[in-house]
Amino acid sequence: MDNTLPKEYYTKLEEIQAADFVVLELTLYLDTHPTDAQAIAQFNQFTRHSMQLKKAFETQFGPLQQGSINPSKTNWAWSEFPWPWQV
Amino acid sequence: MWTYEKKLQYPVKVSTCNPTLAKYLMEQYGGADGELAAALRYMNQRYTIPEKVIGLLNDIATEEFSHLEMIATMIYKLTKDATPDQLREAGLAEHYVSHDSALFYSNAAGVPFTASYIQAKGDPIADLYEDIAAEEKARATYQWIIDMSDDPDLNDSLRFLREREIVHSQRFREAVEIVKDDRSQQKIF
Repeated sequence: MDNTLPKEYYTKLEEIQAADFVVLELTLYLDTHPTDAQAIAQFNQFTRHSMQLKKAFETQFGPLQQGSINPSKTNWAWSEFPWPWQV
Repeated sequence: MWTYEKKLQYPVKVSTCNPTLAKYLMEQYGGADGELAAALRYMNQRYTIPEKVIGLLNDIATEEFSHLEMIATMIYKLTKDATPDQLREAGLAEHYVSHDSALFYSNAAGVPFTASYIQAKGDPIADLYEDIAAEEKARATYQWIIDMSDDPDLNDSLRFLREREIVHSQRFREAVEIVKDDRSQQKIF
């Protein structure tokens, strides 16, 4: 198991974790405040931001989301290192 | 259904191999007020909770599963390099003889998880009050673990989880008000 990852893996992943945290916080907030237009606008803004970050991350480091396009025609990348508890 | 993302909700770093701390963390893994109990409690209550708060129970339950994964990662990282001697010194000899280095859903005292830790009364106020109490108990447990821990990296992740319990508790309190308002509007004289 090659468990050496570039520093960039961690910084890019943390950017995604930060964006997804905003999305989740706004999700729970909107669950109890479903007509707050400003919160809905922020939710859509950060959801788009997160999707862009994930797309760039997957191009560089392989699939992050189950169901993402596999980068190789002959090698299944999803089940390869790293799993979240290994990094 | 759910799909998986190969990331934790919040980074988990540990400073050193520390099976004693892992043992304390099992309280939040398979304990009465732990993350497994929380996830299963809300996931099960959502079917019969009033429509207006189904989304909240669904989404908090989902977040609890990501907390369960964070706790598992902590326990795994704190014990993966431990020798049997170190596990014995940490009070994990009984765990080791049954599970080797595998994780298991038990509390800090080694008691296996049981569904009797959670309730589903069908009464929305009773269920939501239980959920609020569960969040407050989990918040308190995180504080006691932080008080026992000498790992600054791990404490950062534990503080994140402690704060999430507070947010969940506040959201459940809002859900109680939503359910009460909804009831008063539907009153038939």
